[in-house]
Amino acid sequence: MTLNATTSHTVGPYYHIGLTWLNREDLANAGTLGERVAITGQVVDGNGDVVNDAMLEVWQANAAGKYDHPEDDQDKALDPNFEGFGRVPVDGEGRFRFSTIKPGSVPGLKGTTQAPHLVVLVFARGLVKHLLTRIYFDGEAANGDDPLLACVPAERRRTLVAKADAAGVYQWNVVLQGTDEETVFFDY
Amino acid sequence: MSDKPGYRRPQAGTQPDYLHPAYQSTNLRSPSKPLVFLPHSLSEITGPTIGAERIAEHDNDLTAQHDGEPQGERIIIHGRVLDENGLPVPGILVEIWQANAAGRYNHKRDLHDAPLDPNFTGTGRTVTDADGWYQFQTIKPGAYPWGNHHNAWRPAHIHFSLFGPSVLTRLVTQMYFPGDPLLAYDPIYNCVPDTSAKERLIASFDLEKTVPHYALGYRWDIVLRGRDATPMEK
Repeated sequence: MTLNATTSHTVGPYYHIGLTWLNREDLANAGTLGERVAITGQVVDGNGDVVNDAMLEVWQANAAGKYDHPEDDQDKALDPNFEGFGRVPVDGEGRFRFSTIKPGSVPGLKGTTQAPHLVVLVFARGLVKHLLTRIYFDGEAANGDDPLLACVPAERRRTLVAKADAAGVYQWNVVLQGTDEETVFFDY
Repeated sequence: MSDKPGYRRPQAGTQPDYLHPAYQSTNLRSPSKPLVFLPHSLSEITGPTIGAERIAEHDNDLTAQHDGEPQGERIIIHGRVLDENGLPVPGILVEIWQANAAGRYNHKRDLHDAPLDPNFTGTGRTVTDADGWYQFQTIKPGAYPWGNHHNAWRPAHIHFSLFGPSVLTRLVTQMYFPGDPLLAYDPIYNCVPDTSAKERLIASFDLEKTVPHYALGYRWDIVLRGRDATPMEK
């Protein structure tokens, strides 16, 4: 039997009543292994106006580069203190902030290795289907060999790379639409 | 580690484009640059597994979350979550939210001049059973006006959010009711060209699920993306 997946529709402006119970802006707890990182930014639209009704979901591996999921059969240790899932709403100014640990490298396809990254889904009114993007970390040597970054036009790669500010907080914005700085989104 | 199968890509016409001008909010929120094709790696064929341990009693009964009964037509919605290969998807989280019988959301930004119901929050969640079945008891939501165009009204609908076994099966959508005259005018319902894909968003009346003297039954099945049959070439 072959079926087609149900059509996606927008979360709309009132998703909070159904989804905030699972908000999680601290993905790590006191016992989680790995380097703590905080990531903050803003969601803006094609006019540069803030999007104050967006929500992000984050999925990542643990510090060893292992996903807490049965499909990950790598010989690496799970961290009982880390699931790797975050649900992060934006505030009235379109800003978000979450904290986690920097993931380890994970395998890519065809024997490649992927640089440390987070998968990010973006939901909002006006997004009939959620967007999928990634966060990489500025200064990671492995970024240069990452097989997915290599698929992205060189001048747009910076939109996927979070940069630490003077306080060590990583900055990363979601530009839904724009001439220069539009975030790279993936056809998933 | 050898590569594992990815997930099937959508059939043409069954999933929306980001830009759908009839739905005005897409005009400034849709990417203008080409999407970059994503091969499905371990980062995407995995995903959060959030299950029954987080679900409490009454989480799937939206009529039993307050001291009194909500106003409106009591309904039971049930159905099966399958993947594109026709296999049931067990043990996955299903979240719903909706307006009350008067067409008003219990949300501070909903300014529609219709009454709130102190006995209705409009939020539910459950986990599919071993055969992929889910069930909610709730009240039928009302239609409500919105600012998309002159005299725009959303057809009655319930928002659904599902995780499935991977990042790629994540689905947020809306369920509609049969015979609703507003469907023909709704730019969100009409955001894809494929007629059968649209019609699969409409629940069907289910007399067998209907409880005499108590509640009407509706059946609505949901399909999540399925795995490709063959692994990607090495």
